[in-house]
Amino acid sequence: MSAQPYPATVTAEPRALRWLLTAIALIFLALFLVLPLAAVMTEALREGWRAYLAALANPDALAAVRLTLFVAVIAVVLNLVFGVAAAWAVAKYQFPGRRLLLSLISLPFAVSPVVSGLIYVLVFGAHGWFGSWLAEHDIQVIFAVPGIVLATLFVTLPFVANALIPVMQEQGTDEEEAAVVLGAGGWQIFWRVTLPNIKWGLLYGVILCNARAMGEFGAVSVVSGHIRGLTNTLPLHVEVLYNEYSFVAAFAAASVLALLALVTLVLKTFVEWRAARDPAAASAHHDPHTAGVLS
Amino acid sequence: MSIAIDHISKRFGAYQALDDVSLEVPTGELVALLGPSGCGKTTLLRVIAGLESADSGRVLFDGVNATERHVRERGVGFVFQHYALFRHMSVFDNVAFGLSVLPRRQRPHRAEILRRVEGLLELVQLGYVANRLPGQLSGGQRQRVALARALAVQPRVLLLDEPFGALDATVRKELRRWLRRLHEELHVTSVFVTHDQEEAMEVASRVVVMSRGRVEQVGRPEEVYDRPATPFVARFLGDVNYFDLAPGEAQVLALAGGGWGGAPMERGASVAYVRPHDLLLRRSAGDGGAVPATVREVRPLGPTVRISLQRAGDQGEVEAAVSRDRFRAEPVEPGDLVYLQPLAAHVFPADPVAPQPGAN
Repeated sequence: MSAQPYPATVTAEPRALRWLLTAIALIFLALFLVLPLAAVMTEALREGWRAYLAALANPDALAAVRLTLFVAVIAVVLNLVFGVAAAWAVAKYQFPGRRLLLSLISLPFAVSPVVSGLIYVLVFGAHGWFGSWLAEHDIQVIFAVPGIVLATLFVTLPFVANALIPVMQEQGTDEEEAAVVLGAGGWQIFWRVTLPNIKWGLLYGVILCNARAMGEFGAVSVVSGHIRGLTNTLPLHVEVLYNEYSFVAAFAAASVLALLALVTLVLKTFVEWRAARDPAAASAHHDPHTAGVLS
Repeated sequence: MSIAIDHISKRFGAYQALDDVSLEVPTGELVALLGPSGCGKTTLLRVIAGLESADSGRVLFDGVNATERHVRERGVGFVFQHYALFRHMSVFDNVAFGLSVLPRRQRPHRAEILRRVEGLLELVQLGYVANRLPGQLSGGQRQRVALARALAVQPRVLLLDEPFGALDATVRKELRRWLRRLHEELHVTSVFVTHDQEEAMEVASRVVVMSRGRVEQVGRPEEVYDRPATPFVARFLGDVNYFDLAPGEAQVLALAGGGWGGAPMERGASVAYVRPHDLLLRRSAGDGGAVPATVREVRPLGPTVRISLQRAGDQGEVEAAVSRDRFRAEPVEPGDLVYLQPLAAHVFPADPVAPQPGAN
């Protein structure tokens, strides 16, 4: 037998192939991720800092930022409550319709955002099911903030629940049972046992939910009506400016969105890192829905 | 506190977990619920705790009906099979949990909680890990933390679900003895679930043998071992050999020393259950009643020697166990023809439905 060097691992590929694969991945990322991001920043700063800041300080831009934050806060809070409740129900109980509920929670991922927006127009619009009733009571949903909130809620609904369900399923109900035998009440169990166990999953879901809420375009575009300073969220504001050939302003607003995406990415990575290091956490979890966060 | 189980039944879909179970656990006893998996022992434990509600029947604590009482108000301590420690809390906080969730008026002072938790950690010999998280402990340590946590609320009943199931053999043996001593010290009425007959025999003061949702026999460990009430108990508590006894076929098999009550054989087909260590291996047929067999295999196993034999006339295999000393005095080798005679046997009517598996 000749003394042939063994490969480092059984699955080791030839060095050239490894380099090729890495290069393809990097070129792909550069072309489709880094380059556009750089383009956004260069376009935004084309006429200098002054023009950039002026574009951001524009009252309509500020109104768009305010509306975006407002909608995101409502969506996150409501999804927090819904997500925890739904995940709890699905993960800790067996009941008829459980599988259906599971599928329904993920439905918004399967539906095109434009369709989600149209649903609300159909239901709450002037010629929709409740249109006349709403008009009689002087409540405006479509082409107003409530419609934007509803559309955003629809598209962000799966994030918190989907982040929590695998975590809760893995943990089972043992600790809750132990707590109830020891005399703890329902709220005590939730605050002292369940919540600390799901905190990283919850935070992860909230971050993704928030990112999507801020970045949502399609569904919101349908129900918003694009009223400047009133019903324009940041993504819509970008589009409006772009269509008016105000490139610097458009890209300045876009750069804010891109910045939000980067912050989200950092936060997400941090949470994953902490969750993996947390000795109390059974295992790090991964959410399959990291794609399409800032659409 | 005494526990009484009064005609409890519980069904999960098509599966009858508990079938009209009645049972008394006197105050201060350490009782084992023993049976194979799926026999309903864990369900019974959870019904006693209130974690599961029975379809019918009652649970009485000290003669008082506790069936409708919420698990929170039953005053039981429960040690879960996988401990169910609160993974994000330190060992100290785990043990203190039961005290810290008490309503403000009943809750002890901070200093009192500290004193009690430290006392409990001392009791389970774990004072030095008070600040660690459960994930940083070994299995045996977690088990003891779970026990301390259950004891912190001063339960009147302690319930343990497979308390040693997830531990390796050495730790398990050590903890068994330790649990026994702890029970002698505290004298709290305790019920534990196990599928391991050796564990039940060693730890419990009374053993409840269960099968298919029913209680087969209740008794002291040596009682259920020496005088099994049903074929199942005989089979489950240790290895056993089967000798078919046809009606009228008297004296095919007789006890050594002639102490055989021939009565069961007259009633119809029956089966004699003989433990491997109750079998005598003889060189000669003697005065009848011995069964001829050929030695197949000889395996020394610690203090005993296990001998596999093939009965003459293709009547199945038999396992015998003799002490090393005895084996040295009367050695046998594979191929030897010997005559088997039981020193003791349990005779039950042959049940055409019951399976007749090999010695287990």
